[in-house]
Amino acid sequence: MSKVLKDLLYSKSHEWVKKLNEEEVLIGISDYAAKQLGSIVFVDLPEAGDTVEAESEFGAVESVKAASDLISPVTGEVIEINEELVGEPELVNEDPYSAWLIKVKLDNPEELEELLSADDYEEIL
Amino acid sequence: MMYNKLIFEISQPGRVGYSLPKRQFTKYDIKDLGNHLRQTDALLPEVSELDCVRHFTNISKKNFGVENGFYPLGSCTMKYNPKINEELVKTMSFAKLHPYQPISTVQGALRAYYELQNALSEISGLEEFSLNPFAGAHGELVGLMVMKEYHMARGDFKRTKVIVPDSAHGTNPASITVCGMEAVEIVSNDQGMVDIEALKAVLNDEIAGMMLTNPNTLGIFEKDIVEITKLVHEAGGLMYYDGANLNALLGKVRPGDMGFDIMHINLHKTFSTPHGGGGPGSGPVGVKDFLIDYLPNPRVKKLEDYYYVANVGDAIGQISGYFGNFLVALRAYSYILNLGKENLMQVGPLATLNANYVRQALKNDYYLPIEGYCMHEVVFDGLKDNPHEIRTLDVAKRLLDYGMHAPTIYFPLLFHQSIMIEPTETESLQTINDFIDVMKKIAKEAKEDPDTLRNAPLSTPITRTDEVFAAKEMIFSYKDYLEYINSKG
Repeated sequence: MSKVLKDLLYSKSHEWVKKLNEEEVLIGISDYAAKQLGSIVFVDLPEAGDTVEAESEFGAVESVKAASDLISPVTGEVIEINEELVGEPELVNEDPYSAWLIKVKLDNPEELEELLSADDYEEIL
Repeated sequence: MMYNKLIFEISQPGRVGYSLPKRQFTKYDIKDLGNHLRQTDALLPEVSELDCVRHFTNISKKNFGVENGFYPLGSCTMKYNPKINEELVKTMSFAKLHPYQPISTVQGALRAYYELQNALSEISGLEEFSLNPFAGAHGELVGLMVMKEYHMARGDFKRTKVIVPDSAHGTNPASITVCGMEAVEIVSNDQGMVDIEALKAVLNDEIAGMMLTNPNTLGIFEKDIVEITKLVHEAGGLMYYDGANLNALLGKVRPGDMGFDIMHINLHKTFSTPHGGGGPGSGPVGVKDFLIDYLPNPRVKKLEDYYYVANVGDAIGQISGYFGNFLVALRAYSYILNLGKENLMQVGPLATLNANYVRQALKNDYYLPIEGYCMHEVVFDGLKDNPHEIRTLDVAKRLLDYGMHAPTIYFPLLFHQSIMIEPTETESLQTINDFIDVMKKIAKEAKEDPDTLRNAPLSTPITRTDEVFAAKEMIFSYKDYLEYINSKG
């Protein structure tokens, strides 16, 4: 069974979003996504200062099975990336909810209302 | 004991296997190379002729090919490669030709090239072929270059996007990108086919065309194909047929009749030329009559009884040295002539029958994500009754212990535990039954003895490999290996 954390928001493409404050969020991939991918060997992330757009690709994760695009659940500016993942992509498998990928400053915080709640996300799994 | 050495590990400094003839060109001195002279010795193995022969004979025993056993690698059409093809290409009239020989001395070779073009036209329903592309992906690129050239020549510069379904082979979007165009992916419907509404939504005057494999990568025939090609044509785009799965249709349906304008054929799949391990392939590209002028140079043409080589001004240019992998094309022509029209028409139906036989026999043990008949290959989504969460990877690895090549796994990406089985038409009922028995045995092991599956293969020279390590530590050569060992102390 895949773990779904109650206090996070989710996208249909299996990313999670954690609200840090009114305009900043962390983005990662869900436990379900990490399990389906299998052992992750490479994480390709944007750079701080880049912009991401909701429902557009912002990077990729590569596992022994396949390479998959990362789809941004929100629009905004990348203010930080999780540098640890560059050397240790396996952290995503170990704990997908603490291995965040990027920190984003939202252009439009109302966008978060479009995302799935933990309960809604569990429904689609 | 299994021989398990690299040739570098049996190397002895100063040992030679071959003496070079005495140097004839005395006025050259290696020191004249100056700065270009390499600073360190090349890391080359030094072995005697006997050591060398033994080494390669021993490692050849570890090879597994279609001549060793069943090889149901989905999407790869690992059919038997008839020996008569090899006999033919070995004859001096073909094997010793030079591309710059006078045309009058190579009439036979040109005739074979020309007649194969025609045979492929008849089989595919497209007017003309170039045999020059070296392999499938190269054919895709050449076909897309023709598509691009067609729009450019009409002055229609906006058309830079090519549609691919989400079930497409990864080479499709890759070829589109290499060709300087943009891939537009559309979702499949719940039967694994092109979703007509999703297609309509992306059609506009920026679409150069659409690439499609039919039957698609799920082994399912796109039954709306006529409507699909009509919609794309009405929007001003061209239809590209990825010939990867042509074996299913051979002799029954022609891509040209379905409305495709451009296609490539993998001769190394459908037409029985050897492949696996990287080549050599051959990926002829065929087109409808309005695109003939854009096919790559050089072209083989015929005037009365004389064959000659021509370069056409509107062509996309030259995409290969001379005529591609000519001897591979020749093997394909040998296959076509040996089967003849009547037997060639049996290929698709028999390949389809074999895949459906496997599908029916295994559907209680492996999960079938899509109902209905398949074409030449069948896709399961992992084990059906699976209390120990055995993965498709474990099943595939275990097959090696039973002396069979693993099917394609984790493709198509639409399912999470895909296993894609393509038996081809060249296997006997007995061989296919053996495979089915083994697959059932593995399904039973998955319930009763899961650890054996998790550790499989147990009987091969290399047992379970560490795929994470292999993907993270790029060790491609003995030199990389030494560096890795040294870095670890």
